[in-house]
Amino acid sequence: MDIQSFFQDVLNAFQWGSFYALIALGYTLVYGVLLLINFAHGDIFMVGAYIGFFVATFLLGTYAVHLPFHLPHLVIFVLTLVITMILTAGVGVTLERVAYRPLRRKGAGRLYIVITALMAGLILENGNLALLGASRKAFPTLIHDTVYTVAGVSFTNIRIVVILAALAVFLFLETIVRKTKIGMAMRAISFDRVAVPLMGIPIDTVIVFTFILGSSMAALAGVLFVSAYPVLEPYMGAMIGWKAFIAAVVGGIGDIRGAFIGGFLLGFIEIFVAAVFPSTFRDLISFGILLIFLSLKPTGIFGVARAQKI
Amino acid sequence: MLKIENLHVSYGNIEALHGISLEVQEGEMVALLGANGAGKSTTLMSIMRLPPPEAPRVTSGSITCRGVDLLPVAPHLVVAKYGIGLVPEGRRVFGNLTVFENLKLATYARKDMEQVARDYERVFALFPRLADRKDQRVETLSGGEQQMLATGRAFMCGAKFILLDEPSMGLAPLLMQELFKVLKEVNRSGTTIFVVEQNANIALKYAHRAYLMEAGYIVREGAAKDMANKDEMKKAYLG
Ligand SMILES: Nc1ncnc2c1ncn2[C@@H]1O[C@H](COP(=O)(O)OP(=O)(O)OP(=O)(O)O)[C@@H](O)[C@H]1O
Ligand SMILES: [Mg+2]
Repeated sequence: MDIQSFFQDVLNAFQWGSFYALIALGYTLVYGVLLLINFAHGDIFMVGAYIGFFVATFLLGTYAVHLPFHLPHLVIFVLTLVITMILTAGVGVTLERVAYRPLRRKGAGRLYIVITALMAGLILENGNLALLGASRKAFPTLIHDTVYTVAGVSFTNIRIVVILAALAVFLFLETIVRKTKIGMAMRAISFDRVAVPLMGIPIDTVIVFTFILGSSMAALAGVLFVSAYPVLEPYMGAMIGWKAFIAAVVGGIGDIRGAFIGGFLLGFIEIFVAAVFPSTFRDLISFGILLIFLSLKPTGIFGVARAQKI
Repeated sequence: MLKIENLHVSYGNIEALHGISLEVQEGEMVALLGANGAGKSTTLMSIMRLPPPEAPRVTSGSITCRGVDLLPVAPHLVVAKYGIGLVPEGRRVFGNLTVFENLKLATYARKDMEQVARDYERVFALFPRLADRKDQRVETLSGGEQQMLATGRAFMCGAKFILLDEPSMGLAPLLMQELFKVLKEVNRSGTTIFVVEQNANIALKYAHRAYLMEAGYIVREGAAKDMANKDEMKKAYLG
């Protein structure tokens, strides 16, 4: 492997790591607050990509109803990101309202809530299939691939946008969770949910906020993903969702740093395994490595064994 | 300030309080005494309006604060709007946060930032140990320090009326006295206090009035001095 293709792979790994990290965040945030594994989250990524598709094609003037003026592509790209994040956050919040909150109110066991999450994911996938059909959709090109070459290593603008977006999101969320009161409330809920309202804090508001954060980051990942790989299909969230979930667990689920480190770790393992072995071996070997890793450190990189409460 | 009338409360189908009535006036320090399982914590949780399954359900009767019906109020508003704070049984501080974060979290709903700043000063003056351990994770505090934090947290909520559930639990006698002295001092400066205790000795020493509970009923009430002298009280609850 020469040095140029090594750096090429590193950049590629960072890009995939960024996708995994952005999705892993949603798993980790919801788990950190509710101790719930939101298995529908990968499909929220898919929903985000589709919403992004419709927003982008609308802004491009594809439909009978359209804007009376034309927007530059870069503006459309930014607007698509923002609008899609808002709308997808709405989907996440609705999911919490109709699927999880009623169960929480009734004090249902964790198994029932996890199964509900799995079913909600299947409903999103198959709802999409029923509504839009099995045919794939192509995401319109909003950012034209510009290839830069620095010292023999070439990379595209979209790849840089993806990596920078992931880093910005990381700093943003760390600040929220560490420094703000609502972030402290998120951490407090996972420790002792009953004591939180005694501090004058409306629990449901904090939970809704958590779903807004997780879903909008999945939407961001969704739009960026289809900007890089412009194919949409109803099951596109399933595999990447599982992988991001595994990344979150390997990083230490419940910890934002863990979601990022886990995401990047998975990105690196995948890309470098593929660089050495035939591509059909990629997932087998990557998951094998992660399995060994978890058996050595079952709490994940940043995870701590939950302290027994007295 | 707080008035409970003929309150019936159940966990599932099992009734835990069988029609209790009590009242706490503004500025008072009132104790609620009773043996294990008498229903003291149940009474406090009913006042805070915490939802089942952890907390009980009120089946009949009334709880009012300054004449306003508390029954339909959400728990966070009992704190934020009606200024009632609870120091719960077993402290329930957030072990994964620092001391300062625990205190700051309690100011979540407050807008009166100058008063918040004064309340921090007051809490750190009342409990200097908390100031020394400001950035320490709460899991690593001693039981006594956690009790101070739980009490300080209730002050930081801006509560003008504080309910405490067995604050003396697990404290050494000296620390117990110290804590009740602080409570008395806070009470003198205008905070109303309703304290649940199994340690009747210390509660009656500091409170104005007291209620005695047995198996979901209030069986006796009176001035603290009179209660301390009752023969059956002496036999059952005082050393
Ligand atoms: N979560 C619960 N579910 C069912 N029953 C409960 C629950 N909590 C308390 N009880 C029952 O309600 C009754 C009153 O309990 P409560 O906790 O109010 O007693 P207490 O006076 O605070 O006792 P202690 O001094 O031991 O704390 C007891 O019979 C208890 O078994
Ligand atoms: Mg009790």
